[in-house]
Formats: sequence, C-alpha cells, structure tokens
Amino acid sequence: MRVTQGTFSFLPDLTDAQIAAQVQYCLDNGWAVNIEFTDDPHPRNTYWDMWGHPMFDIADAAGVMMELNACRKVNGHLYIRLSAFDSGHGWESVKLSFIVDRPAAEPGFRLRRQEAEGRNIRYTTETYSGDRPEGERYA
Amino acid sequence: MTAAAMEREPAAAEAVDLRRDFVESGVAEVLDALDRSLVGLAPVKQRIRETAALLLVERARRRLGLAFETPTLHMSFTGNPGTGKTTVALRMADLLHRLGYVRKGHLVSVTRDDLVGQYIGHTAPKTKEILKKAMGGVLFIDEAYYLYRPENERDYGQEAIEILLQVMENQRDDLVVILAGYGDRMERFFESNPGFRSRIAHHIDFPDYAGEELLAIAQGMLERQGYRFAPEAQAVMARYIDMRRRQPHFANARSIRNALDRARLRQANRLFESGNGALTADDLSRIEACDIAASRVLAGAAPQTEKDTE
Repeated sequence: MRVTQGTFSFLPDLTDAQIAAQVQYCLDNGWAVNIEFTDDPHPRNTYWDMWGHPMFDIADAAGVMMELNACRKVNGHLYIRLSAFDSGHGWESVKLSFIVDRPAAEPGFRLRRQEAEGRNIRYTTETYSGDRPEGERYA
Repeated sequence: MTAAAMEREPAAAEAVDLRRDFVESGVAEVLDALDRSLVGLAPVKQRIRETAALLLVERARRRLGLAFETPTLHMSFTGNPGTGKTTVALRMADLLHRLGYVRKGHLVSVTRDDLVGQYIGHTAPKTKEILKKAMGGVLFIDEAYYLYRPENERDYGQEAIEILLQVMENQRDDLVVILAGYGDRMERFFESNPGFRSRIAHHIDFPDYAGEELLAIAQGMLERQGYRFAPEAQAVMARYIDMRRRQPHFANARSIRNALDRARLRQANRLFESGNGALTADDLSRIEACDIAASRVLAGAAPQTEKDTE
C-alpha cells in the first residue's frame, strides 16, 4: 500500500528534476529546506529523523540535491521527505512537505478493532512493518 | 535540471547578432562598470573581455544548435595582496550569471579555515557545507595554497582538495571555482596538485598598481566616503605612495585604504583640537597636507611591519 502524505501525495513520485524545481521554489521564497527520514510511516509519527542541519542560507537547489543524494546513499531504503520551513515572523512553521523516497515494498497498515463497553468499538491503525524493531523494518 | 540543459532547446534561431546579444545580456554593462570603477588592471580587463567574448560565442553556438560543450570556467587569480582579486571575482560572478553560466551569481568567499576541519572526519562535512552554499554561484578560495601543506602528510587539507576536485569535475554546471593567491605560491601549489591545474582553464595574473594609479585609487576611495584632498595634500599623498611602495609589506590598494583611514583619524583629531567653534561641511570633508605628512612613512622612519607604519 502506497503511503501518501504531504504535498503532491496523489501525484506519481517526483523525478529529480521536479524535486529540484520544487526546492528552488522554496529557496526563492526564503524557506529553509530540511531532509528527514524514517522507517515508521504511521501518519501520527510527526517526528522524523533529520538528515544534517536545516539548510538555511543556500541559494541554489543543487546544494540541497547534493545533500539529498548523500541521504539516499545511507537511507535509500527508508522514507525520505523534504520539508520547507518559513522562519518569517508570524509563520515560523513548515510551509511545504513532500515525500521524495520510499521503500521498494510498502506492506501498509492493519486496522485493529477493540470491542469496548456497550457496543462501542475503538479503532487503531498499525503498520505491518512496525512489528519488527526499528532499523530492521525495511530491507 | 540545469540552466544549461533548459536552454538547450531545439535550434529555433538561424542567425544571432552578437553585438545585440552583448548589450541585451547586460554583459556590456558589467564590462563598462568594470572599466569605470577599477583603476588600472589593463591586462586583467583584457582577459575578462576575451573570456566574455568566448562565453558569448559559445552561447550563440548553442542557440544555433552547433556542437558545443560547457566550457570549463574555473579560474585562478594570481597577484600580490590588494590588487583587486576579490573585487574582480565579484564582477566575474555577475558576468557569468548574466551569461547564464551560473544560475544565481552569488559569490561565496572562503579561506582554508572554512574548508578544512580540526580533526578526523570534520573536513568532509565542512567542505560540503561550503560547496552547498556556493552551488549556483561562484566559490572564491582566497590563498588557496594553504589548502596543501606538504610538510604535514596527515594534513586534512588533502581531503578538502579531493572533494573540491570531484565537484569541480562533476558539477561544472552548478558551480564555478576561483582560486586566488600570490603568484609564486600558487605556482608551487599547482605543481604539487596537477589535478587543479588541468581543471582550471583561465589563469589571470593581477599586476601591481603604478604610483599614479594608486593615487587615483586614493582619490576614488575618498570620494566614496565624502572626503577630498586639499590641493597640496594631493602632492603629499603622491610622495607618501612613492615611499610606502618601497617599504616591505606593501599591499597595494589595501595599504592605501589603511593610510587614508589613518589620515581621517588625524584630521578628526586636528579639527577637535583646533576647537575654534563653527566648522563648515567643507572643513569636515577636506584632508589637509598635514594629515598625511604626519605619517611615519614620510617622517623617514624605516618601519618593519605594517602595524609600525602608523
């Protein structure tokens, strides 16, 4: 099951040229682009691991792409996303975030139903891959 | 996708007007500004004109769909301190940007300290950080020969050099590197690092300024700061330049700037101590002969270091 989250999530995966163009758009707006990766794609997992530092004061997308390729070398088998942080007064938040890399096989999510008091049912989603310990979830 | 790749569209044009290209791309403007704002440096200006012409022609060839290869743009600027290497590098970045050879045209100026780390594993991230910042622009490495220290075989400079060479070769569309430094030391640096020499196409040598050029520079500097020489002060300045040039540690325009800073200091002191009430704007912006004549260079002392020449 294909995990979709962030901007462009319903488009096919972006090519490198398209990623670079999006990054350039972010840089032209003065946003700092960050690279994050994780092996826990649960939608409630908002804290991904960061690759390097937030990239303030970069002028051209080639710099970010260089760092992204370095991240792919190490974490190419995991989820990698780019996020653009706007440090402008009153915003101070992420303006754009999209997945640029995903594992070859995505097992998807299991829906657990818990029968609670009365006829209530509580729902939980879990990733199938989440059964294995961190670092061993994707080959 | 690089700017070069985007422009490599099917050849639509059938003829190009180089003269119009020259004006419309803004290259004419940059070269004019270079001529007007920089005193002397005739051979440097000539080389830059030639380089600009080459780049214009290459661009025209590309438009007409002729065989073309992104020219190697890495350069080395050699010359004594204060001969305008950094200033010209700034103009060069602007020029390359206008011609579309770099996408952003900013200049990142670094020295060994910015590239080489303190301990094992520190150099690569540091160098990459700088390269990332310089992408799409020009990386200016001042006193580049300090990167290579033959006396210490475990020096981390070698690691920075290897990363630089790799990026200079593989990402020629993304980045232009300019190495700068004293002529003889750069020569030795290139001898021990043949990789650099072969990747650098343009070697530009910056000559020392002549006496009258330095005087013109001094006047330009004062004008920009809203000061001017009193008539007799100009002659004293010419004499000062003449004597200062013969002393050790003379750094061309930089020494002149320091001399002027000290002259302004003395002028301020003189005005403050004379203390006779009303001063006009003219008084405040005139450098008198005595402001320069008080210098130890003219007093005949033989100072050993730059600091002593106050």
